[in-house]
Amino acid sequence: MTEMFHYSFMLRALGAAILVGGLCSTIGVYIVLKRLSFIGVGISHSAFGGISLGFLLGLNPVATAIPFAMAVAMTIGVISRKGRVSEDVAIGILFATAMALGVIFVTLAPADNVDLFGYLFGSILAVSASDLWLIGILSFAVIGTVILFFKELFFLSFDEELAKVSGLPVEKLHYLLLCLIAVSVVISIKLVGIVLVSALLVVPAATAFQLTRSFKPMMLLSALLGMVSGVVGLIFSYEFDLPSGATIVLTATAIFILSLILSPRARGIRLR
Amino acid sequence: MEIVRLQDIWVRHQDQVILKGVELAIESGEFLGLIGPNGAGKTTLLKVILGLIQPHQGRVEVFGTTPQGLGGKRHLIGYVPQRSLIDWQFPASVFDVVMMGRYGKMGLFRRPNSRDKEAVLHSLDRVEMGEFAKRQIGQLSAGQQQRVFIARALVAEPQLLLLDEATMGVDAAAQERFYQLLGNLKRDFGLTIVLVSHDISIISTHVEKIACLNQSLYCHATPTEVLSTGTLEKVYGCEIEVLAHGKIPHRVIREHP
Repeated sequence: MTEMFHYSFMLRALGAAILVGGLCSTIGVYIVLKRLSFIGVGISHSAFGGISLGFLLGLNPVATAIPFAMAVAMTIGVISRKGRVSEDVAIGILFATAMALGVIFVTLAPADNVDLFGYLFGSILAVSASDLWLIGILSFAVIGTVILFFKELFFLSFDEELAKVSGLPVEKLHYLLLCLIAVSVVISIKLVGIVLVSALLVVPAATAFQLTRSFKPMMLLSALLGMVSGVVGLIFSYEFDLPSGATIVLTATAIFILSLILSPRARGIRLR
Repeated sequence: MEIVRLQDIWVRHQDQVILKGVELAIESGEFLGLIGPNGAGKTTLLKVILGLIQPHQGRVEVFGTTPQGLGGKRHLIGYVPQRSLIDWQFPASVFDVVMMGRYGKMGLFRRPNSRDKEAVLHSLDRVEMGEFAKRQIGQLSAGQQQRVFIARALVAEPQLLLLDEATMGVDAAAQERFYQLLGNLKRDFGLTIVLVSHDISIISTHVEKIACLNQSLYCHATPTEVLSTGTLEKVYGCEIEVLAHGKIPHRVIREHP
C-alpha cells in the first residue's frame, strides 16, 4: 500500500484532499446550520457552466469557473432576497440554466480540451502542481476570511434577524458567505467532481453536528472529518481504481452513519 | 419623554393589510402590554419599531430618529423574539448567545475582551442564570431559555425592551418569576418594556398600560380602563372572560351585547 506515496501525482492529490476536505467541511458548518444545502448543490452544479466555458475558451476551467460560480451564487442571493421568487425556486432555475449553458459550451468546445469525466466525478490524476498551489492559496484565503468574520458569521448562522437588530451588516455577510461557498466548491472540483462536491459541504459538518454541542468544536471536528474522508477516500480510489469523488463522499457518509449510532443528539439524550 | 412614536403606520403583505393606520406613543419608563388575537399584527408592529419591517406608509420615530438612523444607538432597543423562532439545537452555549448581544456594540473584527465577558456574566447573574453559562441552549427549560434571551438583550444596555410572546410554553411558576424579573428591571434601570402577548388575563395584572391591537390600535390605557370599556370584545370579536388577580382572584364576565 505504501507504494502509492512514491508517485508525485498521488502526493499532490493527497495534499489537495487534505486542503479541500478541510475547507469544504469548515464552510459546510455554516451550510448545515443555516440549512443552505440546496444552495451548495445549486452552486456546485452551476459551476459546470463555468468549467465548460474554460473548455470552450481553452483556459484553465477552474479559473473560469470561480467567477462563474460566484456570479451564480450572488444571483441566487439577490433573487431570493429581493425578488418575488422563493429561494429554492431561484436555485432550481439558475442551476439548470447554468448546466444547460455548460452542455452547449462543452459541445462547442474542441474535443481535445475536454476531460468531462474527470470534472464530473473527480480524478486522482487531475491535480497538477499549479492546481495544488491555487487550491492552497485560495483555501487559506477562505479560511482567513472565516477567521476574520468569525463572530459575525457565527451570529448570522444562529439568527439572521437578531443579527440585523444588533446592527450587523446581515445582507453583506450573507453574500460573503455565498462567495466563500462558491470558491470552496470550485477549487474542490478537480478532486471531488461537480456531481459530488456538495456532499463534502454537508456530510462532515452534519456528522460534527451530531457529535458536538458548541460551535468551535463542531467546526474543528468537521474540518478534521473532511480531511480524514479526503485521505481515506483517496486511498480507496487508488487501490480500487475508482473515481476519487465517489470514494471520498462514501467515506464521509460511512463516518456520518457511524456518528448517528454514537450521537448523543440522535439518542435523544438531553440534560434537562 | 416619548421614546417611540408611530404615526399612521400601514403595513401590507402581498394583498393583505396587516396594520391599518396605527398610532402609538410609548413614554419612557412605561410597562406596556400589547395584546390582540393571533394574526393581529403584534409581531409586525414590534418589527416596525425594530426597523426590520419598513411600513408602506407612516412615520416611525425611536429615540428621536428613524430605526434605520439609529446607527450607534441601535443597542438602546433590546429584543426578545418568540421562542418558537429560535433554533434550540444550534451549537451555542448560554454564554455564546448572551455574548452575541454585544457584537453590535463591538464592531467588525474586534474580539470579545475581558470587559465584554464580565458584562455577559453580570447580565446572566441578573437573570439568575450564571450557573448555566456553559450549557447548550437546547438543554434548558423554557423559562430558563426565556431568561437567557432577556440577558442577551440586557447585555447591550438597552433602554427599551421588546418581548414577543415571552411567556409561551413557560409554566405558571416560571411566568411569575419572569414578571417579577421584568418588574425589577423596570424599577432598577428605568427600563421601558413592551410585552406582546395574546394572553390577556396574565398580562393585565402585571403591566401598567395595555394597547389592544387587531390591525388597528383600539386603545391604549390602563388595564382597568380597558377591561371596563368592552374594548376587548371589539378587538377579539367575541365575549371575553378575564381572570383578574386582585387580592382575591375573581372572574370578570360581562354579558354579550
